[in-house]
Amino acid sequence: MSAPNNSYDPVEVTALHPDEVARMRDEALAAIAAAASLDELKEVRLAHAGDRSPLALANREIGALPPAAKADAGKRVGGARREVGEAVKARQAALEEERDARVLVEEAVDVTLPWDRAPRGARHPLTTIAERMTDIFVGMGFEVAEGPEVEAEWFNFDALNFLPDHPARTMQDTFFVEAPSGGESGLVLRTHTSPVQVRALLDRDLPVYVVAPGRTFRTDELDATHSPVFHQLEGLVVDEGITLAHLRGAITAFVQGMFGSGLRTRFRPSYFPFTEPSAEVDMECFVCRGASVGRPEAPCRTCSSEGWIEIGGCGVVNPRVLTAAGVDTDRYSGWAFGLGVERTLMFARGVKDMRDMVEGDVRFASAFEREI
Amino acid sequence: MRVPVSWLREYVDLPDGVTARRLAADLIAVGLEVETVDELGADISGPIVVGRVAAIEELTGFKKPIRYCTVDVGTANGTGAPQGIICGARNFTEGDLVVVSLPGAVLAGGFAIGERKTYGRMSAGMICSATELGVWEDHEGIIVLPPGSAEPGTDAYGLLGLREDVLDIAVTPDRGYALSMRGVAREAAAVYGTAFRDPADIEVDGRPGAGPAASVADPGLCSRYVLRAVSGFDPAAPTPPWMRRRLALCGVRSVSLAVDVTNYVMLETGQPLHGWDRAKVSGPIVVRAAAEGERLETLDHVTRALDPDDIVITDATGPINIAGVMGGLETEIGPDTTEVLIEAAHFAPTHLARTSRRHQLSSEASRRFERGVDSAIQPAAATRAVRLLAQLGGAEVDPGYTEVADAGAAPAAITMAAAHPGAVAGVPYGRDTVTARLRQIGCAVTEDGDTLRVVPPTWRPDLTDPNDLAEEVIRYEGYENIPAVPPRAPAGRGLTAGQRLRRAVGRALAGAGYTEALTYPFTGPRDLDGLHLPADDARRGALRLANPLNDDEPLLRTTLLPGLLKALVRNVGRGNADAALFEIGLVFLPRPGAPERAPLPPVDRGPTEEELAALRAALPDQPRRVGAVLAGARERSGWWGSGRAATWADAIEAARVVARAAGAELVVRADRREPWHPGRCAALYLAGDGGERLVGHAGELHPRVVQAYGLPARTAAMELDLDPIEAALAPATAPDVSTYPVAVQDVALVVGPGTAASDVEGALRAGAGDLLEDVRLFDVYSGEQVGEGRRSLAYSLRFRAPDRTLTAEEITAARDAAVAAAAERTGAVLRG
Repeated sequence: MSAPNNSYDPVEVTALHPDEVARMRDEALAAIAAAASLDELKEVRLAHAGDRSPLALANREIGALPPAAKADAGKRVGGARREVGEAVKARQAALEEERDARVLVEEAVDVTLPWDRAPRGARHPLTTIAERMTDIFVGMGFEVAEGPEVEAEWFNFDALNFLPDHPARTMQDTFFVEAPSGGESGLVLRTHTSPVQVRALLDRDLPVYVVAPGRTFRTDELDATHSPVFHQLEGLVVDEGITLAHLRGAITAFVQGMFGSGLRTRFRPSYFPFTEPSAEVDMECFVCRGASVGRPEAPCRTCSSEGWIEIGGCGVVNPRVLTAAGVDTDRYSGWAFGLGVERTLMFARGVKDMRDMVEGDVRFASAFEREI
Repeated sequence: MRVPVSWLREYVDLPDGVTARRLAADLIAVGLEVETVDELGADISGPIVVGRVAAIEELTGFKKPIRYCTVDVGTANGTGAPQGIICGARNFTEGDLVVVSLPGAVLAGGFAIGERKTYGRMSAGMICSATELGVWEDHEGIIVLPPGSAEPGTDAYGLLGLREDVLDIAVTPDRGYALSMRGVAREAAAVYGTAFRDPADIEVDGRPGAGPAASVADPGLCSRYVLRAVSGFDPAAPTPPWMRRRLALCGVRSVSLAVDVTNYVMLETGQPLHGWDRAKVSGPIVVRAAAEGERLETLDHVTRALDPDDIVITDATGPINIAGVMGGLETEIGPDTTEVLIEAAHFAPTHLARTSRRHQLSSEASRRFERGVDSAIQPAAATRAVRLLAQLGGAEVDPGYTEVADAGAAPAAITMAAAHPGAVAGVPYGRDTVTARLRQIGCAVTEDGDTLRVVPPTWRPDLTDPNDLAEEVIRYEGYENIPAVPPRAPAGRGLTAGQRLRRAVGRALAGAGYTEALTYPFTGPRDLDGLHLPADDARRGALRLANPLNDDEPLLRTTLLPGLLKALVRNVGRGNADAALFEIGLVFLPRPGAPERAPLPPVDRGPTEEELAALRAALPDQPRRVGAVLAGARERSGWWGSGRAATWADAIEAARVVARAAGAELVVRADRREPWHPGRCAALYLAGDGGERLVGHAGELHPRVVQAYGLPARTAAMELDLDPIEAALAPATAPDVSTYPVAVQDVALVVGPGTAASDVEGALRAGAGDLLEDVRLFDVYSGEQVGEGRRSLAYSLRFRAPDRTLTAEEITAARDAAVAAAAERTGAVLRG
């Protein structure tokens, strides 16, 4: 390497002359401003801001200058290149914006076009409302018990204190299953979910807090208010020191959880073989809360202006049932209830005809394609 | 039980201001289910009075004979002058007492009575028939009141009970006593704390043992048997209007005085009675079980074969009654009967229940006997009946009567802790309250420290247990006074995994576009034939109902498909051609070797392990299935382009959707099984530790099945056992998500006829090794280029390592290994 040439004059390098740098810069800025498209700008960028652009080439000459001149020349060329670079960026942004504005307008669609390409499904509202009813009790600490739909008469009747030949047994309108020989099989389609009470007591350790949602069967012809196949939600508690007051507490909690806080419940004495004492349960109408009673000008369709809605039956588990399930009745007592799922759906969601719930018409279930 | 309130008031003093509606509400509160309150005659108003027909002028020249009557209505018309009234009826004569609606009266239906000219005369009012007044059904002309029963001008409202409130009570099976005025009145008296006058509290006069000869073969059939007779009865004596009206209000048709009296006393006391024409009964009466082969023609003209379990009443000729259910035709009271023999008995309720069911004869009497009648009331009821026959029918009561009683049939005492009702209710009742309430309903209570000894009254056979007594106390202390105390359940475990999975399956299928149907489990041979099941198919071996609702559907389903397919047809028929349905439900599969009859273990203790096992063994298998059917478009066409028809592949995918909810993988293999298309049917296996398990089938239905059910062409279906999928449910484990780049390699493999794509994919997976992330079949081609019957399967293989970027060599090696495995296992050839 030779020794530095300290005698060089800056003017000897033409490209670094201040006027020349300014000219190159102005030429570049003019070309940038004149670029009408992104493609043109790309060419302009290569020509005026690329590695082989005049300013880039001039920059290389700086090294040839004497040290005293380098700083000044570098400042001028660097400033010019920066200016050009910024102009390219700005022009690029402006041109892109122009292009976007044009293209995206061209790509505009009618967003109100319908989209029903994919099929829509739904679960049946009887399923979802039964789940919701169940979940309220699960929230109280209950578990979900299950049992078969073809049931032994012993579970469906005898163990539940339906004595043979008692009128209550014929009241149930039972479907009987034939033995293969054509005789009596001792099997029925369960007429209620109550046999699950006995199963739960036999299968589980005490105390027992269970609900049992399920399908039940009675020999009613299908019409607007009856179906031979329907659903119940059974509840059973067997523990020490259990009273009717706890039963009313649980059912009131259910009613308030399902239909609204503050709603009251009403017990009316009734009769079921497997509970003694027994009661029918009404809840305060969650629509009119009794305001429609005696006001024909403002009738309530939900409660037929009675102010109360019947929701099911309940009672203290008959100690005979506990005995049949092997429970020590000196120590334990319990209560049970049964709620109708169809009935609940009917009054809760205004279903008017039982047939809608059994025919499998997708229009019916689709209407409930949501959280129930 | 229909309860006319005015009749009830004869036995109980209702407090002032208690309306029928108030009474109904108060009775409901103590457990009598009053279904309706009928306010009969509420739409009748104006002057309706008794009149005496003073003169009848027969008018002629009209289409039918017409009478112009002059009727004395006392001063009811304000003038005291006789009233001129046109009348078309002819069942009365001058001097008869009739019922007259005067001008200003309004009858049922807004029928206003006025003064008008008709048949050429001024007619000022109307002489009324029973039907016009709505008091009872009668089409034989106008009401003619018994002579001397009222003065002209007397208000007819009270006389005939024109306005009457009637409670209709649905009596629960435990409250047989409420099937009588006596029982309801006793309840009302207890509700209001007012006096009760017992209609059965009458002196039974006459000489016991001096009546007709009778014996009871077995006290277990009949614990008390009473006969009383009258003679000199006038068979033509009419039933007085007040009795007819009460019977009508209770829904009982008037037949003849003798029959009406037995019905009336039954309504009054709850004791069913039977009346015979004594002249037709020969020899001593015996109450016994029917003998094999005995027959009896009953009042309804049906000759019935008697069962040895039936209780019969016999005379020297054999059976004359099916006890408590229906009388025999031979000994029926008729228009010539002058001697009436009245029977009041207490028959065994369970026998009567069976007999009533066996002969399909449910009567007012059998309903009461089944629920249990008062076990001591029979002498009083029979006495009441014969007195009415004497009073109303001019008869003479025979001085002797018959009573055969089983002394051992008295109600048993119940021992109960005095605090028990309070413990049941969760409300501390005082001991005095408990004893007072029990005594109020007729119990005899003796106290022994904290224990009560309670003897229920004879009319309450339902009271047998301490809880029965607790209910009596609680219902009178008020169910409404039971507080609501939230139960404190131990911490629950929430839903089981299987219960959660069923919800997840339902949600997944709904998300996939399927709508849930809940179809009936009833099916029949026609449905199974429609599936083209072979004669020996296990699905034909269904359980049969003894009493199906529909004779065409006597079977319980062994498959979900018929119900779903019929629902699909219904949807298509209603204009929804693109329907996809699913159902989750049980099917019923008889268990080979199940016992002929399920056992009935005793209920006075818990069942033993053996008894439980025997009960379980008697039940059929009831596996839970999930089924899906679909037809029409799976994706609809629209402005976006064309749609896509539902196919066999959608049905298989529906099964995969179900399995995925449990994190399970289904293995799909070609199969042939009805009702599916033999070339488009997949068997679905669940891969598990113990190998593969068949869990269901899916595919396109056989065209003949489509035809049989009237389904759209190419309907597809799947059915899957949910229980093994539930069992396979395992919690998901977290994957290692590699952040290194993926390497994608596409390979096209040519395979021969009969090679399943799933086998090729399985071989690729096995051969590719651990670096393989995923395999996806993205194209299937068949055509000349690959050769006759051969297919080219194009797969995209994705490779990735957890810890590094793969080198080109590693990727190629893995791809080659995958292709080699496919070649080896399936004969696939890499397409150049």
